[in-house]
Amino acid sequence: MKVVLEHLTKRFPSRSKKGDDVIAVNDFDFEIPDGKLIGLLGPSGCGKSTTLNLISGLEAPTSGRILFGDDDVTRLPPENRGVGLVFQNYALYPHLTVLENIMFPLQNLKGADRPTKPQMIERAKTAAKLVQIDGLLDRKPSEMSGGQQQRVAIARALVKMPRVLLLDEPLSNLDARLRLQTREEIRRIQQETGITTIFVTHDQDEAMSISDMIVVMKSGILQQIGAPQEVYDDPVNLFVATFLGVPPINVFDGSVKNGRLYLGDQAVLSVKGVSDQKVAVGIRPEGFVLDAQGPMEVQLNRVEVMGRDTSVVSTHPASRNVQIRSIIPARNKVDKEAAAVRFSLMPDKVFLFRADTEERIPVDAQ
Amino acid sequence: MEKKMDFDKIERRAASRKRAFTAADYVLLTVWALMVLFPFYWMVLTSVKSYGSYNGEYIPRFFTLAPTLQNYQDAFTTVSLGRYFLNTIIYTVVTTGLMMAVIIPAAFAFARLDFPGKGIAFTLFLSLMMIPNELVVITNFVTITNLKLRNTFTGLILPSVTSVFYIYLLKENFEQIPDELYKAARVDGTSDFKYLTRVMIPISKPTLVTIVILKVIECWNSYVWPRLITDNPNYYLVSNGIQEIRENGFGRENIPAMMAAVVVISVPLIVLFLIFRKKVMAGVSRGGTKG
Amino acid sequence: MKKRSMKGWLYLLPAMLFLGAFMVYPLIDVLIYSFEEGYNSASQTYFGVGLYNYSRVLHDHYFLQAVQNTFLLVIITVPLSTLIALGISLGLNAIKPLRNLFQTVYFLPYVTNTLAVGLVFMILFKKTAYTDGLINLMIQWFGGQSVDFIDGPYWAKMFVLCFYTIWVVMPFKILILTSALASVNPEYYSAAKMDGTKSFRIFYKITLPMISPMIFYLVITGFIGAFKAYSDAIALFGTDLNAAGMNTIVGYVYDMLYGSSGGYPSYASAAALILFAIVLTITCINLMISKKSVHY
Repeated sequence: MKVVLEHLTKRFPSRSKKGDDVIAVNDFDFEIPDGKLIGLLGPSGCGKSTTLNLISGLEAPTSGRILFGDDDVTRLPPENRGVGLVFQNYALYPHLTVLENIMFPLQNLKGADRPTKPQMIERAKTAAKLVQIDGLLDRKPSEMSGGQQQRVAIARALVKMPRVLLLDEPLSNLDARLRLQTREEIRRIQQETGITTIFVTHDQDEAMSISDMIVVMKSGILQQIGAPQEVYDDPVNLFVATFLGVPPINVFDGSVKNGRLYLGDQAVLSVKGVSDQKVAVGIRPEGFVLDAQGPMEVQLNRVEVMGRDTSVVSTHPASRNVQIRSIIPARNKVDKEAAAVRFSLMPDKVFLFRADTEERIPVDAQ
Repeated sequence: MEKKMDFDKIERRAASRKRAFTAADYVLLTVWALMVLFPFYWMVLTSVKSYGSYNGEYIPRFFTLAPTLQNYQDAFTTVSLGRYFLNTIIYTVVTTGLMMAVIIPAAFAFARLDFPGKGIAFTLFLSLMMIPNELVVITNFVTITNLKLRNTFTGLILPSVTSVFYIYLLKENFEQIPDELYKAARVDGTSDFKYLTRVMIPISKPTLVTIVILKVIECWNSYVWPRLITDNPNYYLVSNGIQEIRENGFGRENIPAMMAAVVVISVPLIVLFLIFRKKVMAGVSRGGTKG
Repeated sequence: MKKRSMKGWLYLLPAMLFLGAFMVYPLIDVLIYSFEEGYNSASQTYFGVGLYNYSRVLHDHYFLQAVQNTFLLVIITVPLSTLIALGISLGLNAIKPLRNLFQTVYFLPYVTNTLAVGLVFMILFKKTAYTDGLINLMIQWFGGQSVDFIDGPYWAKMFVLCFYTIWVVMPFKILILTSALASVNPEYYSAAKMDGTKSFRIFYKITLPMISPMIFYLVITGFIGAFKAYSDAIALFGTDLNAAGMNTIVGYVYDMLYGSSGGYPSYASAAALILFAIVLTITCINLMISKKSVHY
């Protein structure tokens, strides 16, 4: 089921009487294609959970519309939308067993929709099997690990066969090892069921690794939407560029003169088609190539060996951060005692942004 | 378009249902609030009506146009309300003070010190929590009588100096203070006693205040033990005083004076409560049942 | 390394002394008293050892009256006060403005002297030569027959006693239930809303099970407290409860010990132990039920 948000806006009245309203979601307008796994990504307070609540129907939008396929669901109550929601803390009822928890949504159905008891059990078991907890049906939530509770929560959300599955920070309560395992699991479940799935996270790594599409948000405003690799390779502004990528992108103050990009007084790259101006420059860590004749010279701090790669930590006068981090293949040896190192830059790993709006400046292909 | 109209209707209906529900809720809550407050209002009202006007009202009036403070004067002069008051203050202060001096070291010993027999001692101690006061009052009455301590403050105070429950409450609180602090103090050569007074007591101040407040309420309202142990009005506490006033005091019919006395003995605790509202309520929800 | 030493006992000593003298010794003593037949408190002698005290108490008309009164009081006030408190707490939980004010007001009876406010209830319900009393006037407004609640028929006196008892125990129950309700994670309610759960079902299937441990706690402490009822009755009906026919078991114990009918510590002990046995049995039954129906 494709999900369409049309000019969706949500304002919250200010806490103080005179203050301005808080705009948690500001004029969202995008379409989520059918059967995909979508990550809503942004720092905390960016409105991603509100977006999820709007889609689920727990909150009503101030303006705008939400469509599932061709159905306008904007004013439908949550139970009639056909959505399943997995809460951050799972919200499993502690006094009910796993089976009873999964059956709970079915027991609320009325009339012709209401399955018979054996059908309910059958459906609950099918959902449990899908998330691989069919051996634990008689347990209470308190007798299970965090990862298992998460699966129960997903099963409970799936049992009504929702058109859209929503997950709120699904991995935030798990430890690092379980997190890797569970995100694969979510991916598998989504692919097996083919249900359009939207999940919220502040962890870019999580979003990039399993999503078909990511939606990057900041302060209630949609920044960019696209396949993870596309967004990473082609960020629309400085915020998206810095938010994605580990280690983070290196940012410099630079300027363009006569088609050349200067960092301080070093002309590091030729940038065709860009008029002379001050710019913000983002260079991905993997965009540096060790090159004794390279145009960019940095002061070497230290070299960190990471096995497959080597991380070169250095400083540069034009850098906005205290340190620059560059990642180079381990076979390219760096002289650890040297005072300075020279790099040349990969043009597709260097992004220019306007100094004022921080919007991306297109550079002609070379 | 038609569908949209439908939603408007549904939403309007839901909103008005919610408003009606909220209104009904407030009405019910207000009714109970009035039930709670009315006796207090009636008590104050009656206490400022003059004897004559009170007894002249076959149908009681809900207000009075000629309030008088005469009853308050009577309450302090005709019966020894002042003395009951003083007795209660002495009883409350001494009992509470002694109790704190007894239970703090005991809680400290159970929480932090290691000594032979601690496990058994604590188990026995816990089992004492189940013993109702009614069971031990009988012997205590005989004991105090045999010691010729009836009609003395000593006799009044001694049996209420320990409380198993408060020791338990305090011990639990002491145990929440990280063990590292104790170890650090040992490394610095701090003695156990100094550690108790310098570290544990200041950290546990909120709990100690809670216990003091609960004990003060308990002392102020205690009736059974003082009634058993005192028959000399010079040693009556306010509860016994009230009962005495009721049975023999102003003459059974001087209800306004009686109500003045009731107001006087109710005010201190209500004031205490209004000042320490949060502390009292938190303390009671952690460990207080009336009775 | 912790040093094991006898110093711990030193800190315990004051508490031990007091507990020994005023709790442990009396506990043993009360058992002995209850089996000593014909104990005379003046000469401190007794005739023999046996169950006579118990049988005497169990055949005492006043004791049976007290047991009846106490059981009635318990059976009426415990469920009723818990239910009303639950209703009020749910009401409080649903509002925001004025909530603190209501909570403060509701708590007032807890900090007032039971004896003192009991007097107010007495004058509200009492019928005298001068006035029928406020409550009776209200009954008359609604076309009812006035009745003396303090010196009148048994059911009327029982009504006042139950009414006052509920008034007194309410603050504690409301306090406990409101904090229990407030501590239910709001995610559960969102989850229920997602599934379109009806509000009654939310209450019955989610709220109630979630706060059930606290409800059982209140029921258990409520039973224990109500079985020990005494000062409420004293406040309403005066010290001679036997004459009023409104004595309670605890009242009976004290009457046996002291006052015009006093001087029989053996009977008092037997009665107190019977009460203890009753309370213990009921508490055990309560705990067994709560084990079965509290789910986590």
